[in-house]
Amino acid sequence: MKKIEILTVGKHPEIMKTILRLINSKPEWNGTIAYSATEAIAGSQTTAFDVVLLCAGLDEVEAQQLKAHFKVPIVQHYGGGSGLLFAEIYQALGV
Amino acid sequence: MAQTTYHAANTRGKADLGWLKSYHTFSFGGYYNPDRMNFGALRVLNDDTVDGGKGFGEHPHDNMEIISIPLKGGLKHLDSMDNEAVISDGDIQVMSAGTGIFHEEHNDDQHDAVQFLQIWVYPNVLNVEPRYDQLTLNKADRHNQLQQVLSPNKDDAGVWIYQNAWFHLGNFDKGLNTGYQLKAKSNGVYIFVLSGSIKIDGQILNTRDGFGIWDTDKFNIEVLEDAEFLLMEVPMSF
Repeated sequence: MKKIEILTVGKHPEIMKTILRLINSKPEWNGTIAYSATEAIAGSQTTAFDVVLLCAGLDEVEAQQLKAHFKVPIVQHYGGGSGLLFAEIYQALGV
Repeated sequence: MAQTTYHAANTRGKADLGWLKSYHTFSFGGYYNPDRMNFGALRVLNDDTVDGGKGFGEHPHDNMEIISIPLKGGLKHLDSMDNEAVISDGDIQVMSAGTGIFHEEHNDDQHDAVQFLQIWVYPNVLNVEPRYDQLTLNKADRHNQLQQVLSPNKDDAGVWIYQNAWFHLGNFDKGLNTGYQLKAKSNGVYIFVLSGSIKIDGQILNTRDGFGIWDTDKFNIEVLEDAEFLLMEVPMSF
């Protein structure tokens, strides 16, 4: 079964690692990290992402670039890989 | 006309990790209920009990205003900004996670459990410099009156956060009434009963019940039994 591809874009390396670990703890999900809008958009050339999470450190310009590029649900992630992450993704997926 | 929502204590999500027992008013961790995501900017209201000698290991947060209110026992805090402190009943702790902070929280006692509320509020500005603060409150100042414990203003009573939110604690004797005037008409108030029994807008609330009210500029609280409660005024849109 195809995994749900989740792209997380943010600037804080340690927090991004935590978020990636949590996403990949779900067998049906696959997480990918990007540290900039440019890197995220480049990644979309090879992977069809289902959800994009905007994480800490992105400025408004980069957030707008991502919103303009991606046609899938884009959600602001709050809390830093915390108890909110799964609910945010479920909501984005319309579960 | 005021709109309301009622969350009975026994309808909250529950997590039992052995060392941690947590009741979630809103979706959190493994508890997901699309109808219980938040009340305006109030995103998390966890009612936690941590066994003696146990606690939350180092973990990150970002872009969230995190408030802890100990109810019983002491909670030891350590964070990546080199803050180290113990908060206990009567204190309030606040962290603005902003661009990112790592912290750990442990029961300061090896034997007795610690009980505390963990409250998360969405910030009104992203990517701020992380900050930590704590304050010891005078509990006498909430006897039969509302004590402001949090606001958006650095110079106001209580701690402050990056959101147009005001929290008050009250400890009222049976038979009294009190009113609450909202700071902004676009705000709502979520009331969480710590103990006792009160009535708001015709709804009786008992220990650990929650009640949200909005689209009003004021409401009254009738104290049915000696009661301690927390009022959290937050923006409904943010």
